[in-house]
Amino acid sequence: MTDTANDVSTVSVTVNGVEIEATPGELLIDACERTGTYIPRFCYHPRMKPVGMCRMCLVEVDAGRGPGLQPSCMLPVSDGMRVETESDLTKKAQDGVLEFLLANHPLDCPVCDKGGECPLQDQTMAFGPGETRFVEEKRHYEKPIPISDTVYLDRERCILCDRCTRFADDVAGDTLIHFMDRGNNTQVNTFPDEPFASYFSGNTVQICPVGALTAAPYRFKARPWDLEETVSTAWTDSVGSRVTVQSSRNQVVRLLGVDADAVNWGWLSDKERFAFEALNSDRRLGAPQLRQPGGELVDAGWAPALAAVTDALKQTPASRVGLIGGARLTNESQYAWTKLFKGGLGTDNVDAQLGDGLPAQLVLSLRRASINEACRPGGTVILCGPDLKEDLGALYLRIRHAVVNDGVTLIEITPTRTGLSGIAAHSLHPAAGEVAALASALVAAQRGEAQGAAGVSAEQVAQAAAALSGPVTVVLGRPSIAESVDSVTAAALALTELPDVAFLSALRRGNVHGALDMGMAPGLLPGRTPLSAGTVSEVWANTPSEPGLDTEGMLRAAAAGELDVLVLLGADPLSDFPDRQLARKALEAVTTVVAIESLPNPSTLAYADVVLPAAMATEVDGTFTNLEGRVSVSEQKVTPPGTARADWMIASEIARRLGNDLGFGSTADIRAEMVSVSPLFAGLTEEALIEHRIEGVLVTGSSISLPSASAPETPHHDAYSLRLVTGRRMYDAGTMVQASSSSAGLAAAVAVRLGTADFERLGCAEGTTVRVASAQGELLVPVVHDRGVPTGSAALAANAPGSPANTLIDCSTSVTEVRVERP
Amino acid sequence: MTTEFFSNDNLHLAHEIVSRYPVKKSALIPLLHLAQEQHGWVCDDAMRQIADLTGTTPAEVRGTGTFYEMFKFHPVGKYVVNVCTNISCQLLGGEELLAHAEQTLGVKAGGTTADGLFTLEDVECIAACTEAPCLQVNYRYRLKVTDDDFDTLIADLRAGRTAEIPEHGTLAAVRQHIPADAMAGIVPPEQATEMPVWLSRNNQDAGGQG
Repeated sequence: MTDTANDVSTVSVTVNGVEIEATPGELLIDACERTGTYIPRFCYHPRMKPVGMCRMCLVEVDAGRGPGLQPSCMLPVSDGMRVETESDLTKKAQDGVLEFLLANHPLDCPVCDKGGECPLQDQTMAFGPGETRFVEEKRHYEKPIPISDTVYLDRERCILCDRCTRFADDVAGDTLIHFMDRGNNTQVNTFPDEPFASYFSGNTVQICPVGALTAAPYRFKARPWDLEETVSTAWTDSVGSRVTVQSSRNQVVRLLGVDADAVNWGWLSDKERFAFEALNSDRRLGAPQLRQPGGELVDAGWAPALAAVTDALKQTPASRVGLIGGARLTNESQYAWTKLFKGGLGTDNVDAQLGDGLPAQLVLSLRRASINEACRPGGTVILCGPDLKEDLGALYLRIRHAVVNDGVTLIEITPTRTGLSGIAAHSLHPAAGEVAALASALVAAQRGEAQGAAGVSAEQVAQAAAALSGPVTVVLGRPSIAESVDSVTAAALALTELPDVAFLSALRRGNVHGALDMGMAPGLLPGRTPLSAGTVSEVWANTPSEPGLDTEGMLRAAAAGELDVLVLLGADPLSDFPDRQLARKALEAVTTVVAIESLPNPSTLAYADVVLPAAMATEVDGTFTNLEGRVSVSEQKVTPPGTARADWMIASEIARRLGNDLGFGSTADIRAEMVSVSPLFAGLTEEALIEHRIEGVLVTGSSISLPSASAPETPHHDAYSLRLVTGRRMYDAGTMVQASSSSAGLAAAVAVRLGTADFERLGCAEGTTVRVASAQGELLVPVVHDRGVPTGSAALAANAPGSPANTLIDCSTSVTEVRVERP
Repeated sequence: MTTEFFSNDNLHLAHEIVSRYPVKKSALIPLLHLAQEQHGWVCDDAMRQIADLTGTTPAEVRGTGTFYEMFKFHPVGKYVVNVCTNISCQLLGGEELLAHAEQTLGVKAGGTTADGLFTLEDVECIAACTEAPCLQVNYRYRLKVTDDDFDTLIADLRAGRTAEIPEHGTLAAVRQHIPADAMAGIVPPEQATEMPVWLSRNNQDAGGQG
């Protein structure tokens, strides 16, 4: 017996004669791998429940009753266990298992995409029989069948490990693929005419241990041994999922999820995974453009384009200049642009969000939780925000796992059902615009004063309050751009009254949290510092003293003729700002519109006077900050098209021409200045970023105080009107989605969704085209019955192809009332 | 969009079946039986509605159902005839019986007659080895079947003279059909004074076992 025999926290196991320590409950396969003994496996995946399906991990185990073969992925360690992973018996078992697996596996490795990185190929070489004895005819299936628009399935290659089907069912909750039939005919398949249309389907391709599942964007594009790769950060949403970027011949060809325990566990949403296609889009801008007197945009050199920008800026007083966007830039580029505007030009009219997020002061002042803290067993998550499955896919997977497996209680306060409703302990759906009243009622009920609010009964509120247990994390975001943000702000402030509560911000754009940290919002300076604190440093010479305008304010000022130059930093106000009419008026009225972007978008195609081409993620070095405040690196892997440059270089160039050089020669220079101007960034040294390449560096602390806000008045419910709920979908008419060839077609045609009572009252069949009209405009769209939409609401997705919901919204009203009528 | 497959009565019954279980998904197989009883086989619409009723997906319903041989996912005849060709039946003429059946019905094993009345299947052991060669019609046994017996059976089925054999899929009346003279009786072994009925019936020696 060893010293640790009496210690309940460890057990001792002998592996190939060497004693190792393991924790009780740890699987033998994990304990061995952790201590340097790799046991081959196909079906076992550390982030999914073991099933013992493939038998490859059989090892000789003696747990006191004599040696025998046991699957190490199904066997928790026990004290005194003796394991032989290289004995004759184990080798014979591995050899036999591989021979059976290969009985039906085609030997088409030379034409298989998996060849070169295939666990079956590798393990056959390492552990298998050298030659086949199998001379019989193999099982045959139709060669790859598309099981979705992006994923192809070759059933002949499948070894039935249950990884993809387990992922679909256990991890994603989209049980659209399943084992079908029996015995020799067992196969993975979908239901006829119901494709594997999961937002997470790409993960099954990544975890497939053979070449059975392949994804359209990478099929036959490259060979694994030709790939160069680097660890980076996914850029399409703010979860900051860790990825490996793989390129071949200066072109990004694939993104793979990296298992960062604090963030995405190796999973990615398909939007994150396949967004790299936009990098290679033929719509990419490779040269500056100037609008000609005739009205069309024509390619120009950098010198005249930059001159046009600096001329406009020189002639305009700082108060009549504004900057909108920048939430998708790297931290370094955001810092450079903020420094140019706030420290150089001396205007505070800077806003990275487009009126579709949350007030910066609110996000920066709330006590923050990390994803791991939100997912702590025994805690509670309150979702007061968008449908995470649509907006922040990887976060949806983490929270789903926590609720399903770790006993986390989920309470939803959302305007309609969401992708998490099926596992939520309580789903409360307040009337649009009245979420603050419900949040207050929940807090009151938690103190024992149950009352109904916002169309939710007192009983439901009381039950939800009773379910609150352990530490509470509020996932806070903007569920609908058709209602005023003030209601969400007031709801958040009400929820701060709950005991032991912290917040996880669910703003969506790639680096929007980095933008807020860099001061890209009115009233802010870098390092979560209020403008009132004075200048950050002597290098920010012209820091304004008065807070400037946010995006809505800038657009109103522009429409009123009080703004002359508007810089759009990868922003598309026409599509993304909640009020399309205001955005159009502003862009029409402003004298000079400067766009810095990688792909043309509707706003800049119509209104930009100067377009400067910018590099995208993977084409520049830099860092991203995720919704927790976690800073992680994003390295350059390929070169940008044409003469496109990093955003920070463009800012530096403009600053130099204006006579106030930013002083940056590299991203390292910018980071060094960031570290020097704010204690918040003190941890972001080059060494720390390299050391924490996988997990990133969590930045915490804030000197912003909670804003005050009161819930806006909502109009009385009127029997003829419905309140519009406009949330995001994963695939929409957004520029990046539309430039990704495999995602573009997935943007669903929009439909207005009505609850049962309202649908029946309308009295027409599903799919009938109806008129949705507000005071602002109208749309003709098909109607669909959706039991998840509460009575009195009408749900219409934002920025859908051909039917922009923001034509209906007037952003000065607290809710958007619409009438849905048969035309 | 709700899929409507079940008749009103069966839908009522389906809800009742779902309510029997603490987890809705547990009702999946009983509902597949119900669907097959209503329709003779399990069609896609049935699986969609079962998914709806049990909170699962159609893929899950199909995946579960296709594991079981007795659920049919394509149209079958009113009578499904299973002829056993496993070892005991094979030794005593099961394969010849199947060949005769194919000739009589005019379809190969696995096929359905043009009039939609019969589906002929070649099956593995159906657990009546003492009565080989044997077959089942909609899971009702016919034992020690000769070619003439088979032709008579088919003629009876065509003429509707077989009240004890309901249409394929019917569940409630499924009972193992054992002829009275082949029943083993309920005498405990230690009180047995004669040789077991399945031996005595064939006039075979008990082989010294008593």
